[in-house]
Amino acid sequence: MSGRWARGAWAVGAGLALLAGLAWLVGPSSALLLAAGLAAIGGVSWLPGRAVRVVGAALLAGTLFACGRGGLDAGPAAALALGVAALAARLLPVAALRRLAFAIPSLVLLVFVTTLLMYEAPGNPFAQERVASPQVEEALRAQYGVPRSGTAFFAVYMKRLLLDGSLGPAIKVQGRGVVDLLAPAVPISMALGLLALIIAVALGLLLGIRAGLRPQSAADYGSMGLAMLGISLPNFVIGAALMIVFALQLGWLPVAGWGGYAHLWLPAVTLALPYAAYIARLARSGTIEVMQQDFIRTARAKGLPERSVVLKHALKGALLPVVSFLGPAAAGILTGSFVVETLFGIPGMGQWFVKGALNRDYSVVLGTALFYATLITVFNLLVDLAYGWLDPRAVSEP
Amino acid sequence: MSAAPGHVVAEPAGGPLRASESPLQQAWRMLRRDRLAMAGLAVLALLAVAAGAGKVLTEWYVVFDPAAVRLPEKLRAPLSVADAERVAPEDLPALGIYLLGTDELGRDVFARMLQGSFVSLSIGFVAVGISVAIGILIGGLSGYYGNVKLGFITVDTLLMRFTDVMLSFPTFFLILTVVALLPPSIYNIMIVIGVTSWMGTARLVRGEFLSLREQDFVVAAQALGLPERRIIFRHMVPNAIAPVLVSATIGVASAILTESALSFLGFGVQPPDATWGNILADGRSFIFDAPWLFFVPGAAILVVVLAFNLLGEGLREALNPKLRSR
Repeated sequence: MSGRWARGAWAVGAGLALLAGLAWLVGPSSALLLAAGLAAIGGVSWLPGRAVRVVGAALLAGTLFACGRGGLDAGPAAALALGVAALAARLLPVAALRRLAFAIPSLVLLVFVTTLLMYEAPGNPFAQERVASPQVEEALRAQYGVPRSGTAFFAVYMKRLLLDGSLGPAIKVQGRGVVDLLAPAVPISMALGLLALIIAVALGLLLGIRAGLRPQSAADYGSMGLAMLGISLPNFVIGAALMIVFALQLGWLPVAGWGGYAHLWLPAVTLALPYAAYIARLARSGTIEVMQQDFIRTARAKGLPERSVVLKHALKGALLPVVSFLGPAAAGILTGSFVVETLFGIPGMGQWFVKGALNRDYSVVLGTALFYATLITVFNLLVDLAYGWLDPRAVSEP
Repeated sequence: MSAAPGHVVAEPAGGPLRASESPLQQAWRMLRRDRLAMAGLAVLALLAVAAGAGKVLTEWYVVFDPAAVRLPEKLRAPLSVADAERVAPEDLPALGIYLLGTDELGRDVFARMLQGSFVSLSIGFVAVGISVAIGILIGGLSGYYGNVKLGFITVDTLLMRFTDVMLSFPTFFLILTVVALLPPSIYNIMIVIGVTSWMGTARLVRGEFLSLREQDFVVAAQALGLPERRIIFRHMVPNAIAPVLVSATIGVASAILTESALSFLGFGVQPPDATWGNILADGRSFIFDAPWLFFVPGAAILVVVLAFNLLGEGLREALNPKLRSR
């Protein structure tokens, strides 16, 4: 039995060492907060169902209130948030509420970790300004809500976010809020991401299912060869090649820059190709597996034409691995758009993140990070729901 | 169900049964028949030589000088002959030819590519080394000590929840945030890529360990009273390593891609040092006037990443005993 004690001691020791390391890196109070945050998120898995309903709904109410405050007064926003949250607590399944109770604190933790990183990084938003005296810097810090410590900044930021639904003033762009700054960029980036996702899924499914229906055929080898090439090509090389061929040689599409949504085609294809390749491979293996199942043989035996065997019976099974890849794919496409937006000179979210990080504009960095993380979380939630619908065997509640 | 190559009694597949063949020899025989994988391996061997030569010839015995600036000879096309009258004799390239042209400062692209091959490759390998080490540690702990309770939770739940949290953040965004905020250096990039990409390995190792733990040879080793350290590192890790090797091979490819994307955005390795990513980033402005500045590093990245991916696929087939029957 002494072995178990020794092991326990090792585990506790390792935990303490980790905590000490963190404390040495970011300071003791931040380390404790970080550990507490991780523990809180982990703890959600053990909450009983009824507690999950309450906690999930409360967190949802808080989030909705913050979102509502962007456009409404406190009263209507609170009423809206409470109403929707009460409905959600009644109607949503526990599994969905548990996901919410897991996701919302994760986003807060993301803000905290990013804040700590920003404060650890050399330089600060006021470093390049011609700040004459410490008093002026203090005044600027007070005006923009940027205290000297990371935890204090986190407190200011979260308070502003929760009570006013505001992402704060942009520090390096005079007199504008982060929301104003990002608002014109959001639809552009979203359109780019969505178009790329659609192209990736359509192209990938087409190639993959065709290849999977006739394994070892010329179509199979051709598609898989293309897919291997697509996975290995860096985004920027595809982009440059497309730019030269379609824009410069053929003159069909605009080269780069921004002047309307026609400018989105080349970047969207660039962004989509690697993911189309992954999806093609997944769809191929899914199709091959499904076509060997008994129910396909049954469908054929009862005399269904091959067309409806594939479309009505096989397709759903072939989609399964693709759907579970959609979450990571969407995340990858969204963040991959940083590179593509830079390459094509498109005024989307990516450029604000890059500028914000280089200028140490804390609010802009946090605003973009929070936006992307929220989007990806929501998308993952949707993907999980779709997965449950496609494959009823997958039980979502552990 | 497990994919433990060490404990497959040789199947009468893929040729005649050879009694004296170890699993490793068997895998190698499988791999050698895969022409694409062997092509990948050949490319990588060539690259390793190039990287080694690059380190030696650009830093220690400077035959190819990546830093020599020759402004009169800027943006010369590949294979053009250096003009001895416009360049100081000590700046003339080896053989008097710009093998891959020159860039906007008249630096020899071939020399810079050689220097960059060492940097890019070492970033790939070190980053994957870090991620595999963390992955084996966390996956192994979670798989072997999964049932141990720490107060009210088990080790497995704790570590796997943490893995899930890490997985739910988009990796490239995380890397970008960290790298954008830290001072840029090769080591930071290696560490950041490694620390943000161990989750897949951890899950693989955990899965392998869970099934290995129940197998007879491990139970026997435990019954014999072997120390846990020995059971884990001598008996279980070697049997769990096959899928890790495959994902590590593909991981090197994606680390090289990540590094080049970071350099492309300007967060990567900083200018005097050349990597394929920042040669490419510099070339972006001259893509129409001097396309080789862009497409030489682009093609190099493509070939190397393709080679790693093909080798990884080949290894996947060769190390998977379930596929041996083909």
